[in-house]
Amino acid sequence: MSKVMVVTSGKGGVGKTTTSAALGAALAQAGQSVVVVDFDVGLRNLDLVMGAERRVVFDLVNVVQGDAKLTQALIRDKRCETLWLLPASQTRDKDALTEAGVGRVIDELRARCDWVICDSPAGIEKGATLAMRFADLAVVVANPEVSSVRDADRIIGLLDAKTRAAEGEQTLEKHLLLTRYDAARAARGEMMKIDDVLEILAIPLLGVVAESPDVLTASNLGAPVTLHNPASPVARAYVEASRRLLGEDIPLTLPEPRRGLIGRLFGRRAA
Amino acid sequence: MSFLGFFTRSRSAPAARDRLKVLLAHERALGGDRNLAAVLQQEILAAIAKHMPIDPDKVVVKLDSGDLVSILEIDVEVPLVLAST
Repeated sequence: MSKVMVVTSGKGGVGKTTTSAALGAALAQAGQSVVVVDFDVGLRNLDLVMGAERRVVFDLVNVVQGDAKLTQALIRDKRCETLWLLPASQTRDKDALTEAGVGRVIDELRARCDWVICDSPAGIEKGATLAMRFADLAVVVANPEVSSVRDADRIIGLLDAKTRAAEGEQTLEKHLLLTRYDAARAARGEMMKIDDVLEILAIPLLGVVAESPDVLTASNLGAPVTLHNPASPVARAYVEASRRLLGEDIPLTLPEPRRGLIGRLFGRRAA
Repeated sequence: MSFLGFFTRSRSAPAARDRLKVLLAHERALGGDRNLAAVLQQEILAAIAKHMPIDPDKVVVKLDSGDLVSILEIDVEVPLVLAST
């Protein structure tokens, strides 16, 4: 049965688009058929992160408004043949989307693939509420930083109140993905630890992605980080998260503190 | 950062965690809906208006959440003529 998953956070810049692309590619590589939908109407970026920016002809708004067929707007990934992208419009504003129209497109996507991943825009406005509206499960992306955790808490409240699943008195499955985590700084007490964030947000942990230069490199080159460098710790964290989404019960690989020059020279571990 | 500062780096994470806990306890007390007071005001106004004419400005709803208790304050000013009948 197909699943609709929203990737959301409230706050901008925490890694929603990186996560949507990385989890989409990881699920596709596991043999699932996946469509990643960019809901950030007016500020699309998923196309760029996935390296498909020159292949966009039609977009989500065209399909919602009936100006293009779904098959005309879907872009198949060049590296991974079960991965598709439905880009957002760059020119329209967020009011171009309607609930009925989005619902129709989501139904069509459900019929043709295993996973529909909705990459939410930041904020709690229409684009964000429509991205979560039809979801069966949610990945809440947060950084171990006060404003991100506060906004994540707010988004969790919205997921419990404003989604179809919540209104139908089902509990929407929610997972936390902690990104940009720096284990060394957490060990030194400069950054909240994983357990601190888990205690505050109180939703199950899907994975922890370490702060890493690989994320920028992958987006520079237009590749989901899981496809760009599968051996990197970031890619492995996303692949692990995707396996948990597929129902595997695997232990969490915690990011190792990155050692500085002195630490490497003397073999000292951060406290 | 001073030379001394390098060795006495501040442990700011506990402060972040504690501030968030206090803040979110307050924000969740509002039921996740910051417009609750506005919604209540509209609904109370509508309920009263069914039975007597009332000035929309004369219904004030305030919601204050404190550490131990939250107070919902509803202040309705009823027109003098109707109040005396």
